Amino acid sequence: MLKIDNLHVRVGEAEILKGLSLSVPTGEVHAVMGPNGAGKSTLSYTLAGRSGYEVTDGTAQLLGDDLLALNASERAAKGVFLSFQYPLEIPGVPALTFVRAALNAQRKARGEGEISAPEFLKKAKAEAANLKMDFEMLRRGLNVGFSGGEKKRMEIFQMAMLAPRLAILDETDSGLDIDALKIVSEGVNALRAADRSMLVITHYQRLLDHIRPDRVHVLAAGRIVASGGPELALELERDGYDKYGKAA
Amino acid sequence: MLAEALRSGDRTKLPGRRHEGWRWTDLFGALTTVPPLNPERQALGSWSVPIALDGVVVRRFAAPIQGGVEHVTLEVPAGDHRVVLDLIEAGQGRYVRDLAFDFTLGVGASLERLVMIADDADAVSVATTHVQMQARCDFAQTVLASGARRQRVETHVDHPGGAGRVRLDGAYLLAGARHADQTTVVRHLGRDGESRQLVRGVVAGAARGVFQGRIEVLQGADGTDARLAHNGLILSDRAEIDSKPELEIYADDVACAHGNTIGALDEDALFYAMSRGLPEAEARRLLITAFVGEVAERIRHPGLRDQALIFLAAQAEAFDGEGR
Ligand SMILES: Nc1ncnc2c1ncn2[C@@H]1O[C@H](COP(=O)(O)OP(=O)(O)OP(=O)(O)O)[C@@H](O)[C@H]1O
Ligand SMILES: [Mg+2]
Repeated sequence: MLKIDNLHVRVGEAEILKGLSLSVPTGEVHAVMGPNGAGKSTLSYTLAGRSGYEVTDGTAQLLGDDLLALNASERAAKGVFLSFQYPLEIPGVPALTFVRAALNAQRKARGEGEISAPEFLKKAKAEAANLKMDFEMLRRGLNVGFSGGEKKRMEIFQMAMLAPRLAILDETDSGLDIDALKIVSEGVNALRAADRSMLVITHYQRLLDHIRPDRVHVLAAGRIVASGGPELALELERDGYDKYGKAA
Repeated sequence: MLAEALRSGDRTKLPGRRHEGWRWTDLFGALTTVPPLNPERQALGSWSVPIALDGVVVRRFAAPIQGGVEHVTLEVPAGDHRVVLDLIEAGQGRYVRDLAFDFTLGVGASLERLVMIADDADAVSVATTHVQMQARCDFAQTVLASGARRQRVETHVDHPGGAGRVRLDGAYLLAGARHADQTTVVRHLGRDGESRQLVRGVVAGAARGVFQGRIEVLQGADGTDARLAHNGLILSDRAEIDSKPELEIYADDVACAHGNTIGALDEDALFYAMSRGLPEAEARRLLITAFVGEVAERIRHPGLRDQALIFLAAQAEAFDGEGR
């Protein structure tokens, strides 16, 4: 699904990603862990196509297509979804309006027809219920005045509605209380599918108890410095990043 | 002042830089001659208003063909409630018009008014409204402007205080070389009056937006609660917004808030929308429409509110490709 090779990314004057390589096979869920400032969010923004993240070397492919040649909305239409570490507030645009516009724009880009209003509403109601969200929240300005946890839930709601091929979850667990973590994790697990891959960025092993990853990678100082099975997350929880910090 | 110049044909009577409050909307500089007054009007038709706009008085003002002066009065009897839609419609060419409105509200009367003003890019157009209120009146107004060579909508409200309420909102969406000026003067004359203002504007191309909001709290108007916010978005290097909120307070125990912000479109929000699949032009349009849409959302009458939202959405379309 996702194949990143020797990725170098500069933000402003600083090189943040320094030869990062990572592959996520179709249908797998991979976790990325790493110390603050390692470049995890930089990786997710770069994959999503944010301007100002200058790729100076390397490649990133989605199902064989060059991702880096596309702008953010084209990548979304190809199936990339980023759940933001800090979701934005969009005053004046109800979540429902926003998601429907996004979904129809993606469908249009793929040459599919618009989703009908009743069909959309039905799906939205079902997904909101899964995530135990108050449906009225979806009629208010997107994320405006929402708590940190509510915003994260809204990200997963959007992900469910947009049904991406590659979901990148940047610290979706931070800001969630214990119950919300369970609900959101169940929401994410429900979206696991043979034709969908996920890149789950987190600081906490706890999330990975709920969302069992196929692989765990350690990102330190702009590179993947170690990869392993789920047990690697337990080891990190116990020992911290000391030994990787020195290696970088 | 414009009406005087049109009636007399005397160009020196045009308001301009030398006049207080006209520094940014210089009609003297814009007009090398004053066109003759001509009672003929251009055809109506820039708007198709649904026939069943429930309970709304719709008034349509056609553009003159040369110079035009019009004076309109409205009296809302004590205790009555009116909803008015004033469509100041576009004509073609370099016409110059002056529209003056005088509203009188009886005790306990309420009036909600939506003004949508469209003009030719070459026109000069001024609409001035004076509102006299009695005790316990409620006056709410929303002005939606799309500019002209020079366009100005000016509103003066004398607020007697008491349980009375005033809302004076506005939005402007300007492209090309258009100019729109929204000027308001609210005078709080008595105790415990409330006034609210929200004006939002977006300028693209080489357009210019002007906002002047003046609140006077006169002696004895203690306990006044007046709030005004103006927020502008500038989408291009050549576009400009000039704003001047003014507060003059001669009373005690007054709560007044003045907010004035001018900035660019939020790039983070733009990326967020694009990352969900909205192409850039569509994402921009969505954010712009939402920004000014908050003004329309404050309109109480649902039919009027819908008209406002349609108008703003149509204006936002005009920004495509121009905002960069
Ligand atoms: N716009 C920017 N300009 C300059 N430096 C930046 C910019 N954005 C991020 N950085 C720097 O890049 C480095 C990586 O940041 P990034 O946000 O990717 O880290 P992270 O791994 O997601 O950290 P966290 O765990 O705290 O979320 C940091 O040192 C940060 O200060
Ligand atoms: Mg981060």
